[in-house]
Amino acid sequence: MRIHITSVFVDDQEKALRFYTDVLGFVKKHDVPVGEARWLTVVSPEAPDGTELLLEPSGHPAVGPYQTALVEDGIPAASFAVDDVPAEFDRLSGLGVRFTQQPLEMGPVTTAVLDDTCGNLIQIVHGA
Amino acid sequence: MADDVFKALADPTRRRILDELVERDGQTLFEICARLVAGHGSALSRQAISQHLAVLESAGLVVTRRQGRYKFHDLNTRPLEHIVTRWLRPDGPESTP
Repeated sequence: MRIHITSVFVDDQEKALRFYTDVLGFVKKHDVPVGEARWLTVVSPEAPDGTELLLEPSGHPAVGPYQTALVEDGIPAASFAVDDVPAEFDRLSGLGVRFTQQPLEMGPVTTAVLDDTCGNLIQIVHGA
Repeated sequence: MADDVFKALADPTRRRILDELVERDGQTLFEICARLVAGHGSALSRQAISQHLAVLESAGLVVTRRQGRYKFHDLNTRPLEHIVTRWLRPDGPESTP
């Protein structure tokens, strides 16, 4: 068994697609109309056949309180691997991305946490 | 108020939280929890750490600020100054030649 798709709730799928592709650097994989929403997934250009990230509409009434509570306590909705967290922090900060946690060495890993502008905090991480 | 400060400082976990905030202000609860686990092997739950933070906050040693959708924790050392000055003699040993 492998992880095929994981998802984040986004308040606006079009805005989310732009952020996850133009800013974070993912590429669109599937874009299928489903009623008012889209089955919209992105993948890493480094792993086009790897795990897909589904940009799921956040319309369900449970999502608002869930996202609000997570963000207030600084809890990331997802964690993405990068080669170099400080370098990625500099690159993304230059693009106007807001971080709620600066790069921080935590034992064997270095992490930082950013706002995806669609309702979520996202952690980036690299190993030692 | 001073009693609250002494009570807050009496617990080793709360002192570690203050240690971490000295290193960097403006931490989220998530970061504080992660630092305690990474730096001190803390096995405390998020709820427990949240309660420790509430004690520190009621003693005035930690202040929280909301910035947009986020909540950050900052260190406030003013209550400590009151404690220190309480027992300081006007002319301490250092000031006499």
